[in-house]
Amino acid sequence: MEYYLQLIVNGLVVGSIYSLVALGFVIIYKATKVVNFAQGEMVMVGAYICFALTVQFNIPFIWAFLITLGFSVLLGLAIERMVLRPLIGEEHISVIMVTVGMSSVLKSLVQLCWGTQIKVYPQVLPTEPVMIAGLPVAPVYIAAFILSVILFAVFSVFFKYSRTGVAMRATAFDQQAAQSMGIGIKNIFAMSWCIACIVSAVGGVILGNINGINSHIGHLGLKVFPAVILGGLDSLLGAALGGLIIGVLENVCDGAARQFFNLGGFREVAAFIILVVILMIKPYGLFGTKEIERV
Amino acid sequence: MQGKCGLFFTSYRGEAQIFQSGFQKLMVGLFAAVLIAVPLGLDNYLVSVMNLIFIAVIGAVSLNLLTGACGQISLGHGAFIGVGAFAAGQCSLHGVPFPLAILSGGLVTALVGMVFGVPSLRLKGIYLAIATLAAQLVLEFVFLHGGEVTGGSNGLLLDPPQMFGFSFDSEIRMYYLLFAFAALSLLMVSNIMRSKYGRAFVSIRDFYLSAEINGVNLFWYKIIAFGVSSFLAGVAGGLWGHYTGYISGEQFNIGLSITYLAMVVIGGLGSVLGSVFGAVFLTVLPEVLNVLANGLSDYIPAITQRVGAIQHGVFGLVLILFLVYEPEGLAHRWRLIKAYWKLYPFAH
Repeated sequence: MEYYLQLIVNGLVVGSIYSLVALGFVIIYKATKVVNFAQGEMVMVGAYICFALTVQFNIPFIWAFLITLGFSVLLGLAIERMVLRPLIGEEHISVIMVTVGMSSVLKSLVQLCWGTQIKVYPQVLPTEPVMIAGLPVAPVYIAAFILSVILFAVFSVFFKYSRTGVAMRATAFDQQAAQSMGIGIKNIFAMSWCIACIVSAVGGVILGNINGINSHIGHLGLKVFPAVILGGLDSLLGAALGGLIIGVLENVCDGAARQFFNLGGFREVAAFIILVVILMIKPYGLFGTKEIERV
Repeated sequence: MQGKCGLFFTSYRGEAQIFQSGFQKLMVGLFAAVLIAVPLGLDNYLVSVMNLIFIAVIGAVSLNLLTGACGQISLGHGAFIGVGAFAAGQCSLHGVPFPLAILSGGLVTALVGMVFGVPSLRLKGIYLAIATLAAQLVLEFVFLHGGEVTGGSNGLLLDPPQMFGFSFDSEIRMYYLLFAFAALSLLMVSNIMRSKYGRAFVSIRDFYLSAEINGVNLFWYKIIAFGVSSFLAGVAGGLWGHYTGYISGEQFNIGLSITYLAMVVIGGLGSVLGSVFGAVFLTVLPEVLNVLANGLSDYIPAITQRVGAIQHGVFGLVLILFLVYEPEGLAHRWRLIKAYWKLYPFAH
């Protein structure tokens, strides 16, 4: 029993990172209807920038973190302006492939700059585990969890009450109507990429603090899909919950597969099997908007 | 159909011909003759690149039938190619003759593809892309944990193919075998595209509701599209496995699926000729970068270790540039070039 409790706690921690990355994904999808296959690479770039600033340039962690966020804004603007804007109104496959191409470019740039070896982050938080419900949990995990919750709350409020947030929701709902009400669609698109980059970078820094970073972090971007499909592609709450649920489910399935079938590595596919099941029974997820098409 | 100046047709049959004019037939015949003669004058390395191109052509044209013509985005094509490779490989290892092994590899893959195509009835666009992504990752897992069937992480070792007592054990011999298969696949897909099925696929791509209202049975045609496409993917996989003589699950990863999708996009969606262009372009590109890196290694010694990353980055960059500046692909550019030379001295 304790075995499974530990799995669930681990799942919640991994899940909170999935939630963060999924949050970035959903913000982009909500405002621009772009399915971003480069989400994992955006996480990776954020993680490496922060690593370079703290370790290679010896900047105090908190400043490095803030500079990373600033850099993420620039990255988001650059991506939106140079890659995505020319493709507004193109077919699904073109938009998907352009983000796939972007993920290749980002990954290769990171490999060219920092190689493929694992890089270890400097210790920022104490390593002494904290006991929660009788289980040892590292403080960095708790920080990750709390940070996800805070970010989720901030963005929920932002979308609900702020002027920009309302404009972004209006754009998501109907671009033409939003435009005729005087909302600058291009600014909204750029803004959503910036926000997504910032959220991803935060995820990357947390991830670096947990495991260290290497150039395979980008695979995390694929794990986003089960989370967002479960939650609904355009729902913030869905992304947050979906990430947590997928994190827990994949850990528990993995543990069960190890225990009963002696099968390792099931973690990699468990989430995707869940994904297919969700797609078959509830394709718009828990909180997603149903699309209705008319001739 | 791209109408040509000076060509008149009085029947639909005439208009649906693959090669519409005598000149086209002549040029295709000449091109085939050149391809037959060419390996005799090339060294082994160049012939091996040509062989990889032929395999890529089969894979790309099959994906183009599914994604370009029928509009079903598949991110699982690499895994389907893997299924074909393992199925054909197992047949060969159990003593099935080579042509039958390739055929059964194709059929097994068609079956798998049709099973994974079933969700396409309910899912469209990005949802289907994500579902096929799941298929890709699940199949990758199966390849690695398939026990004796897939050889696990060790993979399978195969002998060179034999047909009627003739062993295809050198690059040049494989060249002619793969050339024949590639030509047959191109012919097959071209013929499907101008049949009732091809027209149904295109109508589903353009708008599925209108297609259904016009009497196209969506479920049947989508499943057929997945089946035919996976069959050819399986054939490509079987040939690839027999050509390299070694199959391991790691070859058929998500990167392969993405490469094939990129071939289709760079070549031109829905165009048979485009698939060929895309396959040639993306097979030659990494080789060229390799050669360049070798040439530069005297001046920049670090470049040899970084060649993988550079190939990856250039691939992504090329993909982005094509989508932004040439969204209709190389096939469109080819048409423009032809039109330009047709009217050469008097462009207007």
